[in-house]
Amino acid sequence: MSNIDQSRIRNFCIVAHIDHGKSTLADRIIEKTGLLTSREMQEQVLDNMDLERERGITIKAQTVRTVYQAQDGNEYIFNLIDTPGHVDFNYEVSRALAACDGAILVVDAAQGIEAQTLANVYLALDHDLDVFPVINKIDLPSARPDWVKNEIEDVIGIEAQDAPLISAKNGVGIEDVLEAIVHKIPAPGGSRENPLQALVFDSIYDSYKGVIVFCRIKEGHVARGTKIKMMATGATADVVEVGYFGAGQFIPCEELSAGMVGYITASIKNVKDTAVGDTVTDAQCPCDKPLPGYKKVLSMVYCGVYPADSAKYPDLRDALEKLQLNDASLFYEPETSIALGFGFRCGFLGLLHLEIIQERLEREYNLDLVTTAPGVIYKVYKTNGELIELTNPSNLPDPSEIDYMEEPIVSAEIMVTTEFIGSIMELCQERRGRYLGMDYVEETRALLKYELPLNEIIYDFFDALKSRSRGYASFDYDIKGYEQAPLVKLDILINKEEVDALSFIVHKDSAYERGRKMCEKLKDEIPRHLFEIPIQAAVGGKVIARETVKAMRKDVLAKCYGGDITRKKKLLEKQKEGKKRMRQVGNVEIPQKAFMSVLKLDSGK
Amino acid sequence: MKQLGIYIHIPFCIKKCVYCDFLSFPADDAAKRAYMAALNEEIKAMAQAYRAYEVQTVFFGGGTPSCMEKELIKDCLMTVQMHFHVADNAEISLELNPKTATLEKMIFLKEAGFNRLSIGLQSADDNELKLLGRIHTYADFLDVYAWARQAGFQNINVDLMSALPGQSLETWQKTLHSVLELEPEHISAYSLIVEERTPLFDHFSQYPSLPDEETDRLMYHETKQLLAAHGYTRYEISNYAKKGFESRHNQIYWQRGCDHIGNYVGFGLGASSTVQNYRYKNTDSLSEYMTFCKTPEAFRYEAQYLSELELMEEFMILGLRRMEGISSSEFERTFGVSLCSVYKETLDKWQAAGCLAKQDGFWFLTEQGIDVSNTVLADFMKI
Repeated sequence: MSNIDQSRIRNFCIVAHIDHGKSTLADRIIEKTGLLTSREMQEQVLDNMDLERERGITIKAQTVRTVYQAQDGNEYIFNLIDTPGHVDFNYEVSRALAACDGAILVVDAAQGIEAQTLANVYLALDHDLDVFPVINKIDLPSARPDWVKNEIEDVIGIEAQDAPLISAKNGVGIEDVLEAIVHKIPAPGGSRENPLQALVFDSIYDSYKGVIVFCRIKEGHVARGTKIKMMATGATADVVEVGYFGAGQFIPCEELSAGMVGYITASIKNVKDTAVGDTVTDAQCPCDKPLPGYKKVLSMVYCGVYPADSAKYPDLRDALEKLQLNDASLFYEPETSIALGFGFRCGFLGLLHLEIIQERLEREYNLDLVTTAPGVIYKVYKTNGELIELTNPSNLPDPSEIDYMEEPIVSAEIMVTTEFIGSIMELCQERRGRYLGMDYVEETRALLKYELPLNEIIYDFFDALKSRSRGYASFDYDIKGYEQAPLVKLDILINKEEVDALSFIVHKDSAYERGRKMCEKLKDEIPRHLFEIPIQAAVGGKVIARETVKAMRKDVLAKCYGGDITRKKKLLEKQKEGKKRMRQVGNVEIPQKAFMSVLKLDSGK
Repeated sequence: MKQLGIYIHIPFCIKKCVYCDFLSFPADDAAKRAYMAALNEEIKAMAQAYRAYEVQTVFFGGGTPSCMEKELIKDCLMTVQMHFHVADNAEISLELNPKTATLEKMIFLKEAGFNRLSIGLQSADDNELKLLGRIHTYADFLDVYAWARQAGFQNINVDLMSALPGQSLETWQKTLHSVLELEPEHISAYSLIVEERTPLFDHFSQYPSLPDEETDRLMYHETKQLLAAHGYTRYEISNYAKKGFESRHNQIYWQRGCDHIGNYVGFGLGASSTVQNYRYKNTDSLSEYMTFCKTPEAFRYEAQYLSELELMEEFMILGLRRMEGISSSEFERTFGVSLCSVYKETLDKWQAAGCLAKQDGFWFLTEQGIDVSNTVLADFMKI
C-alpha cells in the first residue's frame, strides 16, 4: 500500500439538503466502483444504525474507500466521507469536511436550493474545498434542471452549466459523477517525509479493538508501533494497527501516509481521549502545531432522564455509559429529583441528538424513560461575582443573589417561498427573534435572517415552521453567543407542592402565557383524585396562573353479579396498571407523560 | 352440606332496551321451546356433580324470563327441583318485565314454587321509560305489582335506574316516592352505566344529556337517605332491603370464603359459574349450546382455576361491595393467613384517606369510599 501515488487519491464528501439524495448517491458511487455488487448492497450502506435507516438521516460520519478505474486508464482511490446532515452535528460536519479536499454538492432538480444546501455549501467553501454541483432526481416529472443550474450559479456563485444530471435512485449519470470526482477534486497535498500531522474526524469504540480513530493524514506517516500523541487531550499511545475503510469493515494496511484517510487503533480505552478535531502527531517527532479548528464540543440542550421504574436506575447508568463510548458529545451526570427520584442530567448537541439518544435507550436497552423538558445552558452571574452555568432549572439561585442572566442566541437562516414570509416572520417574532434581513434568492423565494434565543427553538420551532409554511420552509442555525435577557424560573406547584422536575426557565414576558398554558395542559394530564388539586404556576413565589383538577366524585360500579366479575376485575386491573405508570408527588399521582407537557404547549395552534 | 346458588339464564326478550349489553335477543315460540328443552338437558347433565350441595337459591334471570310461556318456566324449575337438593326454604326468584305478566300467570308461578319476584321498572316516568326503549309504562307496572301481591308474593324487588338521559333530580325523586308508596321488600337502585356496543352508546348524541355530576351525586345520596327513612337498609352498593329481605342469591356473588359459601352454577346460554376455585362461562353461541346441551363440559369457555391470591383479591373486592364489609377473622379462617399480613398497607392507606373504616373486626367502605370504590378496590388487585 505504501506505493500509492498521492496524485491518484481523491478525498471528498457529499453535501446536500436533507432528502436531496446524498446517501443514495453515496450508495451508487460505492456500487459503481465495484466495492460491492448491487446484490450485496443493502439500502444505503453508510447508514449503519437501524435508527438512521428508519429516519433516513445520517447520525455519525461514515467513511468508505473504493477504487475507481477511470476513463484515462488509471486507478483512483476514492475516500468518501459521509457527513451527518443535521444542524445538531455541525461541528462533526465541519471536521469531516476538513478531512476532505473537495465536495460534491447534490441539489434536488425539483426543489432547488434549500437552507441546508446553503449552510453546508458555505461550510465546505469555508474549508477551501473545491465544490462541484450535481443535479439529482432528474427523473421526477417536476424536475427543472436548467432552472436549478442557474439558481446554483446565481445564489452560490459556482459554475454549474456542466453539472452532471443524474438520478441516483435509478443509477442514471453516475459515471459522469465519478469522472467529475477525478477531474474536479484536487489530489491531496502534504509530504510523507514531514512530521506526522493527522486530523481526527471521528472515533468509535469497538469492544475488540478499543477506540478506533478515524483520521486524515495531512503530513507525514503512521504505522504499527508509532508512538502517537493527541495534541489537545495530551493522551499518548502505541499504534496497534492502521488501515482503511471497506464498506462496513476495517482493512488493515502497512502504513498511512500524507493524503490518505484511514483509521488507527492504539489501545485507547476512552473515546474522550480522541476528541473529534484533535491532531494526532508522532510523540517522538511531533509537528510544530496542531491543525486549526479544534474545539471542545459542548452540549447545547439539557434535560433530566429518569427511569420510569426507579429500580432500573443502574440499568440506565450502564446504558448511558455504553452509549457514551461511541458518542463523546453525550454528556451525563447523576442528579436527583424530588418528583422523579434518581436519574441523570444529560447534555446533547441539540434536540435531534436528544431524541436519538432517548430512542436508543428505549429500544436498544429496553428502558422506559421519563424525560423532563429540555433546556439550554444559561449563564447566571451572581451578585458576588460568581458565574454559574445552569443546566438544571432547579439549581437556579435565589433571585436576590442573581445579578443578571444570559441565554444562548443563534443566528438562523430560513428559506421560504414568498407567500409564507408573513407567517414565518410572525413566528420568529413570537419566539423573540431579532430580524436581521432578507435576501431574495429568486423571485418567489427568500432567505430570512434572524437571531433567535436557542431556548425558543429547541422545542417545537421546526414543527411550527413546517406547519406555517405547509412544509416549504427550511431552516438552519449556528450558535452565535450569549446575550443578557430578563429570565425567570417558572415553578409549577401541584397541590401546593413545588414539583422540581416541572420547573423551567422562561423569558419574563412569556412567563404568564407559558404558565397559563402549562397549568391547562397539566389539568388535562393529571387524573382526578379523591380531593381537589390546585395546579399553580409561580414566578419567584408569586402565583401567576391557576387551574384546578376537580375532586373525583364518582367512580363506582353499579352492578357486579356473577357474570360480571371477570370483566369487572379486568377493569380494576387496568385501573391499577395505569396507576403504576404514575409518579407520586406528595399525595398526588402524576402520569409520566405530564413531565413532557411543556413541550406541547403550542400544539393547540 | 356445601351450599349452592343456581342461576338460570333466559336470553330472550320482546325488544332489547337501548342500554342493555346483556346476552339477550327476541325469538319466536319454537326457538324458545327448543331452548328450554336444551336447558333442561343441561341441568340434568350437571346434577351428578352437585350431589354434595344443597341449593339455597334459584334465580331465573335474563333477558326476560317472564316472556316465556308459564309452563316452560315451571318445567325448568321442576327439573332443578327433581335433580338437585333444593332446600325447603330456598329463595326462588324470577325476573319480570311489567309487560309480560297477567294475574293468572303470577298465580301459576307462585304455585310452581317461585317465592320472590324482581320487577324491572327502572323509572316511574313514562317519558324516561320510552327513551330507554322499555316496552312498558308505569301504569303497566302498577297493574303487575298489584297482581303479584294478589297472587301472594311477599318478597318483591323493584329495579330502578338513576342518572338516565334527560332525568332530573325531581323526576328521580318522584320515581322513588311512587315506588316507596307500594312498599316493596327490596329495591335495587342502579346508576346507569353507558356500556359500549349498545344503541345508547352508539347514538349517544341523539339522547338528552345525562345528569351532570353534581345532580348525579345528589340523586345517589337522595336515594340512600330517602330509602333509609322508609326502613330500607343499604346492604350493597346498589341494593336496599327491608330487614330480612336481602337477596340471598345476590349475596352469594359477593362472598368468597370457605367452600360452603360463594358457590354458584349458571345454566343456559352465556351463564357464568364459580364453584370453589373453578370458574367458567357457557358458550354465547346458541347453536353450540343447543348442539352440546347434553355434554355441557363441551361448551365451557374462559375456564380457570383461581389462585389463592386471586381468591383473596375477590374476597376483598366483592366483599367490600357489601356494606357490612369483610370480616378479618373470616379472611383468616378462609386463607390461613391474617388479613393484615396480606393487605395492611392498602387497608391503612385507604383508612387514612377516609375511604375505609374498621369496626368490630369488619372492614367496610365509608360513604366517601363507596363513591370512589373502584379506585379503592383497584388497589387490592395483585398486578
